[in-house]
Amino acid sequence: MTSLPPPTARKLGLVIDLDTCVGCHACAVACKEWNDGGSFGPLPDADPYGSDPHGVWFNRVHSYEAGVGSGEWGVENARSEATSSCSSPTPHSLLPTPANVMSVHFPRSCLHCETPACVTVCPTGASYKRAEDGIVLVDEDKCIGCQLCAWACPYGAREFSAKRGVMQKCTLCVDRIYNETLDEADRQPACVMACPTRARHFGDLGDAGSDVSKLVAERGGYALMPEFGYKPVNRYLPPRPRKDGSAAKKAAIAEPIDTTQMSPLLRWVDRVLSR
Amino acid sequence: MAHASLALNKPTADEVKTTTCYMCACRCGIRVHLKDGRVRYIDGNPKHPVNRGVICAKGSSGIKQHYSPARLSKPLLRIGERGAGEFREIEWDEALELAAKWLGDVRQRNPDELAFFTGRDQSQALTGWWAQQFGTINYAAHGGFCSVNMAAAGMYTFGGSFWEFGEPDWDLTKYLMLWGVAEDHDSNPIKLGLGKLKARGAKIVAINPVRTGYGAIADEWVPINPGTDGLLAGAFIHELLRNDRIDLDYLVRYTNAHHLVIRDPGAADDGLIARDAEGHALCATRPLNLKAEALDDAPPPQLALGAIRPANVRSGILPAQSGLRRDDGEGFVLSRADAIDISPLVVGEYRLADGRKAIPSFQLIAQRFLSDEYAPEAVSERCGVAVDTIQRLARELAETAFDQAITLDQAWTDTHGREHATMVGRPVAMHAMRGISAHANGFHTCRTLHVLQMLLGAIDTPGSFRYQPPYPKPAPPPNRPGKSRKDDGTLDGGPLGYVQSPADLLVDADGQPRRLDKAYSWQHPLAAHGIMQSVIRNAWAGDPYRIDTLFMFMANMGWNSSMNTSETRQMLRDRDTTTGEYRIPHIIYSDAYLSETVAFADLVLPDTTYLERHDCISMLDRPISDADCAADAIRQPVVKPDRNVRPFQDVLIDLGTRIGLPGLLNEDGTAKYPGGFAQYMVEHERAPGVGLLAGWRGADGSKSGFGEPNPEQLKRYIDHGCVWEARVPEAGRYYKMANRDYLSWAKSLGFVSSTDAIVMQLYCETLQRFRLAAQGHGAQQPPENERGRVERYFDPIPFWYEGVAQASAADDVRRDDYPLSAITQRPMFMYHSWGSQNAWLRQITARNYLYLNPQTAAANGVGDGDWIWLASPLARIRVQAKFHSATAPGTLWTWNAIGKHKGAWKLDADAPEYQDGFLLNHLINELLPAHRNSPGYANADPVTGQAAWFDLRVRIERDPLPQQDGHRIEMSDMRASQ
Repeated sequence: MTSLPPPTARKLGLVIDLDTCVGCHACAVACKEWNDGGSFGPLPDADPYGSDPHGVWFNRVHSYEAGVGSGEWGVENARSEATSSCSSPTPHSLLPTPANVMSVHFPRSCLHCETPACVTVCPTGASYKRAEDGIVLVDEDKCIGCQLCAWACPYGAREFSAKRGVMQKCTLCVDRIYNETLDEADRQPACVMACPTRARHFGDLGDAGSDVSKLVAERGGYALMPEFGYKPVNRYLPPRPRKDGSAAKKAAIAEPIDTTQMSPLLRWVDRVLSR
Repeated sequence: MAHASLALNKPTADEVKTTTCYMCACRCGIRVHLKDGRVRYIDGNPKHPVNRGVICAKGSSGIKQHYSPARLSKPLLRIGERGAGEFREIEWDEALELAAKWLGDVRQRNPDELAFFTGRDQSQALTGWWAQQFGTINYAAHGGFCSVNMAAAGMYTFGGSFWEFGEPDWDLTKYLMLWGVAEDHDSNPIKLGLGKLKARGAKIVAINPVRTGYGAIADEWVPINPGTDGLLAGAFIHELLRNDRIDLDYLVRYTNAHHLVIRDPGAADDGLIARDAEGHALCATRPLNLKAEALDDAPPPQLALGAIRPANVRSGILPAQSGLRRDDGEGFVLSRADAIDISPLVVGEYRLADGRKAIPSFQLIAQRFLSDEYAPEAVSERCGVAVDTIQRLARELAETAFDQAITLDQAWTDTHGREHATMVGRPVAMHAMRGISAHANGFHTCRTLHVLQMLLGAIDTPGSFRYQPPYPKPAPPPNRPGKSRKDDGTLDGGPLGYVQSPADLLVDADGQPRRLDKAYSWQHPLAAHGIMQSVIRNAWAGDPYRIDTLFMFMANMGWNSSMNTSETRQMLRDRDTTTGEYRIPHIIYSDAYLSETVAFADLVLPDTTYLERHDCISMLDRPISDADCAADAIRQPVVKPDRNVRPFQDVLIDLGTRIGLPGLLNEDGTAKYPGGFAQYMVEHERAPGVGLLAGWRGADGSKSGFGEPNPEQLKRYIDHGCVWEARVPEAGRYYKMANRDYLSWAKSLGFVSSTDAIVMQLYCETLQRFRLAAQGHGAQQPPENERGRVERYFDPIPFWYEGVAQASAADDVRRDDYPLSAITQRPMFMYHSWGSQNAWLRQITARNYLYLNPQTAAANGVGDGDWIWLASPLARIRVQAKFHSATAPGTLWTWNAIGKHKGAWKLDADAPEYQDGFLLNHLINELLPAHRNSPGYANADPVTGQAAWFDLRVRIERDPLPQQDGHRIEMSDMRASQ
């Protein structure tokens, strides 16, 4: 219902390194803070000091134990998540062992798809994709709050504000990245500037020579769920192979001396040291 | 299509001010963007040495902390019962007069009747000095609860520390071993560093019962059983020694490995270092002209472990003035251990001038760790780490340190004036923190880690762990705790310091504790940070004595900074049965927020938020330096308070002036610092030319470290982003303990008093001095009932033992009855922050769960999401279980300090923090179980007094209605009486 611009040459987006993300939520809160007072704010909170505090976040971090059925841990309600086959284990259940699971922290925000259904389903033209850089935005003045876009987005990137009656989402900090009142070095998305492990990178993924494109090429960056066909611009860098002990050869250590026969201290008796 | 109202160039702020974050203990530089008189947003200062522009979740949510509805707004005077939270608002004059009256009376009568304890603040340079001026010995901050094992073990071993006084060489290390670290200070520098390591492909190993946070991105996770790290590190040492993969040259150059230890059982100096007449440590060394080949021709000595006596060794003696003497052509001579160009001997038994035997300290270390006790096969089951894994990790440490050694083309000069063309590095770094610290064996475990680092030659070399200025200092640093009051009532030293011998302890003529918390007593002699967690119980019990006033600042001692929290809260409101008065007569509390402790105060002095005051991150306190630069910083008020609150530091100076503390008055009796803390920061001199801030000193601001006060100093700080930095000279970046380029620079800034080499203490002679006292030597000896304990735990060679609670009360706490370990950590988005009530952070999580491995759950019949009871001998708590596979079986854990007490923090009555969140603290005994009655021994490390809250052992009890929500607490005696 809303048409897309012709394929854009510039494809601004994020590259997120899952090898380095420690799940600290710095990106999520920096995003909330910048945007709450920015051009696309406020990001309303409901019940901020009550029983069910929740609000609009453009960026959320999820933590998973890959290999465990019970899915995300740490922040959601346990019972609603307790749906796996091992939620009531017995001593005979086949259970994951600590060594064979992997902890992954996964930051999630709008992927600024090349062909986003969230835009094409929009009945009013409120959701749109910018021709100049591919950023997907919502014009709140046109948004009627029908939430079709949220249904269309398989990535859960859209955040509906009941308080404001409009849909909100990641803007790639469009009000920062072009903002000439900021120092040039500060013209980056708030999440990228904040990230303490520098796991987030911003740039033009349409330019094969850009730093972010090179990073994606080097590290095998991938698009999230490409099977949907929306062509996400953002890329995730997979965890690097872990240098754990699994590949270690069982080294045959030659005993330097037979300690059953002689004191192991002996070998140091004649050692010539220098001070 | 264009967005009609989209303005991409909107100015984001009217003004941007720099200051220093206070959302945790990391102390990052921030930029506060102000618009229309309000804080628009806060981001990281890219020019700041701590965070280089990044900012964590806490830092970004500071705006919500600043505008929190839980902020206090006016001084409060209690009108209801203690704990009821009933107050009336009063004016500042009334509040300060009342406080001054109470404090003034105490100071007149007996200054020690004031116990002054502060939280994780960064104002100890002021608060400690204030306590000294007041004259009370009962002062400390939060370190006894937090980090003193790390600080003390490090300071007594190598004059530095893990914690935040050192860091891995993020740019060069190839192998980082994290011990008991999930998220820790200093938080953003570690995260920045991990990012660098990942980019370079360095290996990260996380040794931790739980894999979260940093562990999640580690290459290898070693799920160790809590409290057994010392055994694992001991096994690594065993393997390195057994395979002869150690750096002996490093040891004899930089440690006391070659120092001779007197072996004369029963003598007053047994186990001390042999010294010449001038007090210089001695070693045995090869004669200079004796070539190694000559020794190779000697017949093989017949040796047995424990009675080593090289055949080619004869007694020798050294004239003190000669420095070195050949002894009759035999195999060794005695020499000053600090002599250079000698070839020290590290094993063997040698005769001293007086005919007594002595052994190099290295041999004692080697004998300890080569023993079967530390063999991988012996420790494997207890640690929960496979033998193969232990052997492989030890091999990896050695391969990285020795086979992948790095050499920097950087010339440097050692403390003896010898020039070196390069710097050789052992690129193995370690970092350790809470998981080591919070056990009753933490001091010795931390020392074991430092011994491991030293054997690898991996302290302050390229690629290894590095000191951050002002460290290294002599091990231990020279400042001892103040002991007695001068005529003007002030203490003769700061209340906290490093004892060096029993003579420095704060004990009375009978050897009993002089401090309320029993720090620096025979119970906890090296309690360098005090023992905050003992204060309320001891004041309540009158053990060792009652006090008049408990004065706390940002120390939530009525909640999560206490053990046995339920009974601690009762103690705060308990009345003396004979007089009807509160057992702790006066409680003054300063906090910016309505924390749990506020309800127990008689008088509340409301503090500002961190954006509304001056503050000082001083080199005299907890520096923010990194390994390549010394740094200190300030906070400046960036907004004006909209409430009737005052900065605590100003209030403290005002109170001190009102009661006439000597340092706060001019000679004519007028106030010395009417301008408050901002004036004090600039004008106060601790010693001539030395103040709280090191930067821009001198009348014209041209001096660093030393220099007369500069009236423009704060302006200069503000002009530079509120931070001052001094870069370590290139030639001084490594080997700081023995590097003349570094030490001269450090001396010029006042960090060290001499440029002598700092000798790392492989063998800790200080501990032996206490052990000797326990064995009956010296003027200051422990009371009879303490001798055994002191003798056992003051071992100059690190060793592993199970927690003291288990060891001392086998009949009380049977291991089988409480088969599981329970520990806590804090999530990254709340680590070291003082309020999960923050509107944004509590959306990430507003409650905690009890996490356990599904195998542990299966063995205990627990389903995911079940409410269960967690029981210790002290109490049981009802908590909701949640599966977490990345937890070692046998360990349970939860996020700490998310559970709140109803009524605190201005949350709604049905807030999850109250309803479902919980503290493990309720289960943790503050005393050893066998000592419920006076005199109590703290449940703490017997060396340092560090709270042993990670030693908690529990069992799971099932609830008949596991689907019914709700946290509850039941004390054991309540249950017994039911």
